[in-house]
Amino acid sequence: MLKAKNRLGLVFFPAFDWAISSTHPEREERLLYTQDQVFEEGIADVEGIKFINPGMATEKDVQRVHFCVPDVTSRVTESHLISAGGAIKAAEAFMEREVDKAFAIVRPPGHHAQRVVFGDRGFCIINIEALMLENIRQRFGHRRIAIVDTDCHHGDGTQDIYWNDRDTLYISFHQDGRTLYPGTGFIDEFGGPAAMGYNINIPLPPETGEEGFLYVLDNLVMPILEEYKPDLVVNSAGQDNHYTDPITNMNFTAQGYAKLNHRLNPDIAVLEGGYSIEGALPYVNLGIILAMAGLDYSHVKEPDYDPGKLKQSPRTTEYIKKLCETIYQRWRKKEDIARDALKTLNGREYVARIRNIYYDTDGIMEEQTQKFKVCPRCSGLNTIHSRSDWGYEIFAVSIPRDACPACIEEGYKIYKETPEGKYFKIYLQDRVNDIYMSQ
Amino acid sequence: MIVGLDMGGTHVDAAIIDRGNIIDVAKTLTDRSDLFGSIWDALDHLLSGKDMSTIEHINLSTTVSTNAIVEGKTAPVGMTIESGPGMDPSFLSCGQENIFITGYVDHRGREIKPIILDEIREAAYRFRQNGIKACAVVTKFSIRNPMHEIQIKRMLEDEFCPVTLGHTISGKLNFPRRVFTSYLNSAVYDVFKGFCGSFKQVMEKKKINVPVNVLKADGGTICLDAAREYPINTVLSGPAASLLGASAFNRDNKDAVFLDIGGTTTDISFVADGVPLFEPLGITIGPYPTLVRAIYSVSIGLGGDSAIHVEKGELTIGPRREGLPMALGGPAPTPSDAMIALGLLNFGEKGKAISAMKRVGEQMGMDAMAAAETVYEKMGDIIKQKVDNLLADINSRPVYTVKELLYGKKLKPEYVSIIGGPARAIAPVLERKFNLPCRVPENYEVANALGAALAKITAEITLLADTAAGVLSVPEVGIYDRVDRNFTLDMARQKALELLKEKAAILGAEGSEIEPEITEESCFNMVRGFYTSGKNIRIRAQVKPGLQCELRGGNYA
Ligand SMILES: [Zn+2]
Ligand SMILES: [Zn+2]
Ligand SMILES: [Zn+2]
Repeated sequence: MLKAKNRLGLVFFPAFDWAISSTHPEREERLLYTQDQVFEEGIADVEGIKFINPGMATEKDVQRVHFCVPDVTSRVTESHLISAGGAIKAAEAFMEREVDKAFAIVRPPGHHAQRVVFGDRGFCIINIEALMLENIRQRFGHRRIAIVDTDCHHGDGTQDIYWNDRDTLYISFHQDGRTLYPGTGFIDEFGGPAAMGYNINIPLPPETGEEGFLYVLDNLVMPILEEYKPDLVVNSAGQDNHYTDPITNMNFTAQGYAKLNHRLNPDIAVLEGGYSIEGALPYVNLGIILAMAGLDYSHVKEPDYDPGKLKQSPRTTEYIKKLCETIYQRWRKKEDIARDALKTLNGREYVARIRNIYYDTDGIMEEQTQKFKVCPRCSGLNTIHSRSDWGYEIFAVSIPRDACPACIEEGYKIYKETPEGKYFKIYLQDRVNDIYMSQ
Repeated sequence: MIVGLDMGGTHVDAAIIDRGNIIDVAKTLTDRSDLFGSIWDALDHLLSGKDMSTIEHINLSTTVSTNAIVEGKTAPVGMTIESGPGMDPSFLSCGQENIFITGYVDHRGREIKPIILDEIREAAYRFRQNGIKACAVVTKFSIRNPMHEIQIKRMLEDEFCPVTLGHTISGKLNFPRRVFTSYLNSAVYDVFKGFCGSFKQVMEKKKINVPVNVLKADGGTICLDAAREYPINTVLSGPAASLLGASAFNRDNKDAVFLDIGGTTTDISFVADGVPLFEPLGITIGPYPTLVRAIYSVSIGLGGDSAIHVEKGELTIGPRREGLPMALGGPAPTPSDAMIALGLLNFGEKGKAISAMKRVGEQMGMDAMAAAETVYEKMGDIIKQKVDNLLADINSRPVYTVKELLYGKKLKPEYVSIIGGPARAIAPVLERKFNLPCRVPENYEVANALGAALAKITAEITLLADTAAGVLSVPEVGIYDRVDRNFTLDMARQKALELLKEKAAILGAEGSEIEPEITEESCFNMVRGFYTSGKNIRIRAQVKPGLQCELRGGNYA
């Protein structure tokens, strides 16, 4: 039998008994044909590839990342906890050196889930990668992590969660927000005051193909990663950039995804979106599995694969080259940009971030203000004031992982002094001591 | 009356039973150079003086196919493999000639690229040039659409025999295993066919006119004619015979560990709710993982005759056997010597057993009896540890639904059944280590022959209905048909059970003994755009494996 070059842990959990609704893209059938392909290829018999069952994420895993309204149990289903639990199991196998790499093919996805959770956005309720990363940081110690999101949609949830965290570099490939949900992910969304430059968006024009994606990877992502020197690289492996995807407009391929994964060489990959369940997912997932295991993926091709037809226009190529140059220059100048931004504060202690957030799946509108303290000793205490159009108003205090004693003290003080009854709920997230409470 | 016969590496065991009562047993030595003669030797012993007209059928567990593979006495095979896109298929070259052809069927069974006739003609030419007679044809996803395999067979069957087709082997998805299983089936075809022919000849000569069934690795049987077409199913049936026999003594619906402790090895199996646990996909034969359905059985190198060594104060038992126990004049101390020294076993010279333990004790700074105790305890520890590891593996087998993950069955043994030579001597230590009752059946030395006698016909089928494409396929019985858009899960269940009954009848089962059951079923809504375009229905059904009748007791001398 075949032997994998890299020992690969596969958490393959298609959740065949769970759907958002019977005709929703996120339904029972989604990974059926992927399973058929993976089984027929005999992946489980490859020496070095190991199937691992998911576990269940805990309430605390959720609270470490999110503020669920009204609470975790009423917002999050078993299926969501298992999806996140699957990602955690994959990361655990990697951290414990049981495998060299791990891939969690789980559903539902998570990268649109932001810090505050009123409901389902873009088929996501909890951010499965963030739950995974914060779980392993808690158990295995601090790590400098880079997340490379290759889903076609901007991972606005992951961006929000790591907005002010310079130890988590978030890089997102996606179709330009002017042409696709969620309508964000522009290059000037660059990170909070303590992490300016550590949130990198790469909005690509519709019909970007293999050439464009691999150009971005080789000429922008890899150089940035080389400079950032992460301890751990995670691929948020959405597969809706595929040319057959029904809800997007890109021209990426199974070969392209496999090559990208091979060159990016992530430690952990987690499935995100991807809704071409017959024409793309079986081939893209197989390509990624083989690339991660260090096996030959050159024979993985879709039935209607035609590189000639999928070739991107010279105009697109030119546009992408310029875009990469612009983004790379901004990355190089991030310290200057941060300094200039601080100058405009004029002595104010807090930087505000004000947004309206739409929950497309559940039809909820949220109005939110985050405030980040500019602290010379840590990434700064921060608060969220939020209100949904269903009438809930909440206030949340978050003490970051690296908080200084003064910020910790101030966090508790604000939490205690906020008058009861003023909000539907008040939350405290003490990431230093891993303590979460609400009233 | 039913005759059961199990041919093992050293002995041939045979038993004759009547409505659950053991009438007689026979044990003869296996002559490796004359397997066939060994079988008749045992049967002659057993049948002499019996009224042949009262015998209903004979069930045989043979090592004919297994030995042919182990000893490399198989026929050269010409493989025709259509792999389509996916993994690099070069690792599938298992035949003497391996032809990889163009053509491709996808996961839903749609033909994406047709076969190229010239490639098949070229394959036939190469087989012919190399003097190959046996062939196998396997295409990826052939269980979803077997047409390519069938077209190719039509081009080869006039000149080559057998032509094993992958989709007829099993309805399970796993292309590499389908390739290897088809290869092995063609490779042992001639040897097994020869065996069948000779067996029938001798039966005629001896005027024995009863149906003959052959035991499979899953503990079920098939009639001799069906076994001749798919001889690969008859490999490694020995552990199945033993487990079946042992389970005949333990008639309840509990979870349990089944141990067969021999001279060189200990075989470990499990029953879940009283039913033997199977390999998830199939058994591994030599270097080849296959789709041959089999009882889960793991062999470890630990038995009564395993050699004991002490290195730097560290005691090891097995995995090698270096000869007889020292009590019988062997070269190295063995667990049997320890148990003889402790008075738990009674054969050979006790004095020699004690001096064997003295030798072990000297290297560990203890006296002979303390050494014997240590060996005895260690045996228990090794077996317990291995069983625990296997249980952990089994209980973490992948599952694919929320329900199974949260509420799926976990195997939790409530007793340990032990058979084999030292079974009774080892039971006390295992009882302590497992903290579970250990059962040693009365007639365990013939458990394998009883298992063979009590086995019944088993069969399995896989039905897939894709109502969006309008296709129904049941690969094991060669069905690939149109299906109505309104076909339902319920209709699919009915259809599967009917087909299974038909198949079991062909394999030799009589109406009353067929207990068909659905083992897996799912029905997916297929949605294209925002509308339901059909249903994807998947069903697996089997004739419930198990015993033909209850064992009541033995009344033979
Ligand atoms: Zn993205
Ligand atoms: Zn997406
Ligand atoms: Zn601070």
